[in-house]
Amino acid sequence: MKTIPIQAVTPEFSECEESGVVPKQNLPLVRREFLKGSGILMGTLATGSILAGLAPSPVWAVELKTLTKAEGQTLMAMGRVLYPHKKLPDAVYAILAKDLDGSAAGDAGAASMLRQGISNLNALAGGNFAKAKADKQLAIVKGMEGSGFFNTVRGQCMSSLYNNDMAFAAFGFPGSAWEKGGYITRGFQDLKWLPAPSKEASPPAYLG
Amino acid sequence: MASIAFNDDSAVVIIGSGAGGGTLANELCQKGIKVVVLEAGARQSPQSFVNDEWKSFSQLAWLDPRTTSGTWRVAKDFSGLPAWICKTVGGSTTHWAGASLRFQEHEFRVKTVYGDIKGANLLDWPITLSELEPYYAKAENKMGVTRTNGIPGLPGNNNFKVMHAGAKKLGYKEVHTGNMAINSQPRDGRGRCMQLGFCFQGCKSGAKWSTLYTEIPKAEATGNLDLRPEAHVTRIEHNEKGLVTGVVYFDKDGKEQRQKARVVCVAGNSIETPRLLLLSASNMFKDGLANSSGQVGRNYMRHMTGSVYAAFKDPVHMYRGTTMAGIIRDESFFNPKRGFVGGYEMETVSLGLAFMPAFLDPGAWGADYAWWMDHYTNLAGMWLVGEDMPRETNRITLNTNVKDKWGSPVANVHYDDHENDIVMRNHAFTQGERIYQAAGAIKTYRTPPYPSTHNLGTCRLSAKASDGVANKWGQTHDIDNLFISDGSQFTTGAAENPTLTIVSLAIRQADYIAKQMTEKAI
Repeated sequence: MKTIPIQAVTPEFSECEESGVVPKQNLPLVRREFLKGSGILMGTLATGSILAGLAPSPVWAVELKTLTKAEGQTLMAMGRVLYPHKKLPDAVYAILAKDLDGSAAGDAGAASMLRQGISNLNALAGGNFAKAKADKQLAIVKGMEGSGFFNTVRGQCMSSLYNNDMAFAAFGFPGSAWEKGGYITRGFQDLKWLPAPSKEASPPAYLG
Repeated sequence: MASIAFNDDSAVVIIGSGAGGGTLANELCQKGIKVVVLEAGARQSPQSFVNDEWKSFSQLAWLDPRTTSGTWRVAKDFSGLPAWICKTVGGSTTHWAGASLRFQEHEFRVKTVYGDIKGANLLDWPITLSELEPYYAKAENKMGVTRTNGIPGLPGNNNFKVMHAGAKKLGYKEVHTGNMAINSQPRDGRGRCMQLGFCFQGCKSGAKWSTLYTEIPKAEATGNLDLRPEAHVTRIEHNEKGLVTGVVYFDKDGKEQRQKARVVCVAGNSIETPRLLLLSASNMFKDGLANSSGQVGRNYMRHMTGSVYAAFKDPVHMYRGTTMAGIIRDESFFNPKRGFVGGYEMETVSLGLAFMPAFLDPGAWGADYAWWMDHYTNLAGMWLVGEDMPRETNRITLNTNVKDKWGSPVANVHYDDHENDIVMRNHAFTQGERIYQAAGAIKTYRTPPYPSTHNLGTCRLSAKASDGVANKWGQTHDIDNLFISDGSQFTTGAAENPTLTIVSLAIRQADYIAKQMTEKAI
């Protein structure tokens, strides 16, 4: 069973993360009393989606330690401009905000650069970047290309957006193959829409 | 396993445990010679390898600081990571894809065949294919290379099917699942390939040859090997006669140690090997050890590389199975009518979802780029690898502005593509795209070079001492008991993946060292 590696919403979930097995739980609502950060990003996974099936709860929440909720939302919006994926829920873009927030914790220089960049995004959007129209957002981000802030956010996208189980599921990459015995009997040559190579070019698999 | 005393000056000390160092160690141990292997990295195992791209990268890759310069694109995209090679017992044989091709006859004498190429420092090898052939045969047998020694080829995966179909439509003839040092059936105490798809992350099934679980344990079983992981060598020492006497290294506790030696063999890959010779400069050898020619660190080659990815209407699932699942060899031959000298191979490649966005086109973003990730399951990929031109100005130097944690200047890797490399890359990109279009691609992408996995030529073999660093045995021209034992020896790069040749040279060098020791010449 895959788990969504967003930080656990409640303390009793922390053990589940370590074991890698997250039993489905019916959360009435995210328990706000445990969330005491500088900002909380929250959302709901679409019911019936692949991702909702993998998650312990359709409700997700991410706690920021340094940035505000509004700042986190701006970073999420910038992430969607940089790498716009309809397949990815907001929860994945929230990981970007959380990871950037994490790098800002205890690093005043990094925090200041992020805040300044976010502030620039909002100013250029006439107040609220996250609510600006798509073409406006794109033009603003394009104008920042090459800046330290742009490079930091774009670089962080590589691992935050793609190196997690939600992205793996959304894009169809099964991740580790070892514990499933590899693909020797699981479709490594199941492609049928092109002619098969000759036995000389591609000998049959040895199956013992 | 042997325990060799620090002041024992009768042993051969080998620096590095990869394709060159690990093989040489086993070959010497089998002959009854005592060997100390100093490996900078830690010891992993198939059990500790992980099918996780970033985690594995942290576990295996050489991540100590390096710097870059030059006009090659890697310097822009990966300024602190010129090479994707390993710091671990087994070296880059943990990471390599397994392609095991012999060089072609003419590739040992390209200066003669290609003539003078402006801006290139070409030289014929001091050895010929026929001299190396018996050692190629030994290496293929040792490594269990498919399509040699009666070993069947591997079964091709979906990624290979796509490349094969397109190649056949274009009329390419030599298209198959390659000569791979990956067991297609159980052999040598190791199982057959499980088609895991994580060849680059260390083969968890052990089907792919790596010195980590072949040469090294076999050498340990002789009782002649003293393997010291996490031993970072900072200096090779010599006496007043100009012969090397031992090495200084920092052990896993950060403690400085001095190991005496009868012979020192350097096999730290083509970046660290010249760096160590340069770091060992002394009053007697002011420009570094074995550097009377001034060629140490020069002629750095990294192969002409690039990749083509293509998206199809239907699923491919390229990540399933052997990463390098097949090859097209028709462009590897010498045919100057194409507008360049040398040739290139086309070999399937795939990246997992975690690495794909970082390597498809480093730095790229936007909706068009996101489109490629959206089509991940429908992608096929191939790697292009060809002979690049050795240039004196492409070189490893010491960057005294940046120090590693032991206080030594780091290696700077400078590389400018030669015009021949650029023309060849464009030709290869075009052919790669045509192959995928012939197979029905809806879009193709020209992916720029990854950090170098084939690092070659920085202590090259030469007939004359003034042209290179070592003689035809890898013995340095200047110091009789100092040997170069890795890909640094390559006089020129050839089109083929280098590991089989590194292993063959190591087997051959072991015979020579043993003979020289018996004759008391060293």
